[in-house]
Amino acid sequence: MKKVFSHPRSLRNIPTHYCPGCGHGITHRLITEIIDELNIRERVIAIAPVGCAVIAYDYWDFDCSEAAHGRALAVATAIKRVRPENIVFTYQGDGDLAAIGTNETIHAANRGENLTVIFINNAIYGMTGGQMAPTTLLGQRTSTTPNGREAKFQGYPLKISEMLAVLPAVKYVERVSLHNPQEVLKAKKAIKQAFQNQIDNIGFSLVEILSPCPTYWEMNPKQAMDWIRDAMAKEFPLGKIK
Amino acid sequence: MSKKILLSGNEAIAQGALDAGCYFYAGYPITPQNELISYMAANMPKAGGVFIQAESELAAINMVFGASATGTRAMTSSSSPGMSLKQEGISYIAGTQLPAVIVNIMRGGPGLGNITPAQSDYFQATRGGGHGDYHCIVLAPSTVQEAHDLMPLSFDLADKYRNPIIVLGDGMLGQMMEPIFVMRHASRVARKRITKKWALTGCKERNPNVIKSLYLKEGALEKLNLLLQKKYKIIKEKEQRYESLHLDTAEVIIVAYGIMARIAKAAVNKLRAKGKKVGLIRPITLWPFPETLITQILSGLHKKKHSPLFLVVEMSYGQMLEDVKLAVNGKAKVEFLGRAGGGIPTEEEIISKIKRIGG
Repeated sequence: MKKVFSHPRSLRNIPTHYCPGCGHGITHRLITEIIDELNIRERVIAIAPVGCAVIAYDYWDFDCSEAAHGRALAVATAIKRVRPENIVFTYQGDGDLAAIGTNETIHAANRGENLTVIFINNAIYGMTGGQMAPTTLLGQRTSTTPNGREAKFQGYPLKISEMLAVLPAVKYVERVSLHNPQEVLKAKKAIKQAFQNQIDNIGFSLVEILSPCPTYWEMNPKQAMDWIRDAMAKEFPLGKIK
Repeated sequence: MSKKILLSGNEAIAQGALDAGCYFYAGYPITPQNELISYMAANMPKAGGVFIQAESELAAINMVFGASATGTRAMTSSSSPGMSLKQEGISYIAGTQLPAVIVNIMRGGPGLGNITPAQSDYFQATRGGGHGDYHCIVLAPSTVQEAHDLMPLSFDLADKYRNPIIVLGDGMLGQMMEPIFVMRHASRVARKRITKKWALTGCKERNPNVIKSLYLKEGALEKLNLLLQKKYKIIKEKEQRYESLHLDTAEVIIVAYGIMARIAKAAVNKLRAKGKKVGLIRPITLWPFPETLITQILSGLHKKKHSPLFLVVEMSYGQMLEDVKLAVNGKAKVEFLGRAGGGIPTEEEIISKIKRIGG
């Protein structure tokens, strides 16, 4: 009988600590499926962030490093430069990549480091308990914007992907979403492209993933998926940016 | 074969690192260590290694973290304000037990201070500097030749103990030029990638490796800390280094390190010529501090009738003084002479201080 479905070799078969309805589990699965499909597990070095995915290395069955909050792309830059034969990717949340690590993000992109960046945008700080992220929507209530984000005081949701796309050394930027199975398939295609680009030495490739955080959005999982479709994707339009 | 060339302290450190098989350098410009980053920019690619001018000190130290995680000999350099920024990364390097060499060519502080030589980062270097219970091994060269020669030792110690090493110089040492012998390490190429079984290289034919300092399970972080403490105890026992002069007859022992020790040495020579019984201890490792030597002196191993008097001379306001006092532990008198913020104790000031304290 033909085997049509199996657990990814690169994903350990253990329960994760993620909340019900969280997007990290879906994204971990997509990444590990792709690593298996591209047959690069033995070449991969991943950088886990500080944030909810801080122990991603417990779930991924390949070489991994931690990085201080925001510094993943500095760590990844050096790893790829000294070991160009490896496939190096970072996995970072919105606070990590677009607040505390903005400098590392912009300069790694501007140097055109041949890296793959998986950017999880859930418009909130999850691990610390639901504070405002740089990507928090206007009006969105968080524990540090109890009355909703106001442009006058907190500025606007930061569109880091569009900012990076203007840099000449950046080769590929796409924004995808996890809010329904069709979008998940598109997300997988984009992530695969970002890995393939590195294998082909094309250069800096980033996939931004709109990802649900039902716990700190104070929604049930279905409402969270719908909120991505109805609110987040309006502020952060889906599709290829570059 | 070796040859004699004229180099500044900064350049000699860079050349020493290259001779030690350093294969990765990331840095950010800051005076007075700029000759180091420029020397690396020119010479690291020739040596087959990777040079990156980082966007910040934070990025530079985290690049060193990444390069070291692959088993590559890696270093960065900076000066005082930049070192403050690097402390986060150094704490992570200590916590993950990665080898790394970090050079601090100290300048005057606090704050932006100025670019004159100083030794005011002694506490920061020897006490850990960043968050958590950790120590860096701290080496303090006093000549351009020694600045070069301590680099291979630094990388060897970093690899041996999987620990960050700080090479602590000052603006004067960094800027001054002296003719030095440069040893071309025959093993340079071989050392580029020493096999380190914990390194991230891709999990081919082995289980995956993880570099991390996060330990959430109950008791796990305490276990790591106990492991670190055990390592530090071994380092303290085995790695105390110093140079000494006239300890067997000295009634006054000057304790000074780095460029300050050279000035002190000149004062010792002048006083000795006049028959004064003055000696010198120059710690080469600031952490571990050569406390065993001081303990031995005071426990009579050097066969002295009376306890000598110690004079600590620093380009800071009593930082190493604390380590000398801890080592002396009340068994002898400890005097102090220090200036900072651009002031450097002179030979004459040392001589007149010794006269005042009765040497």
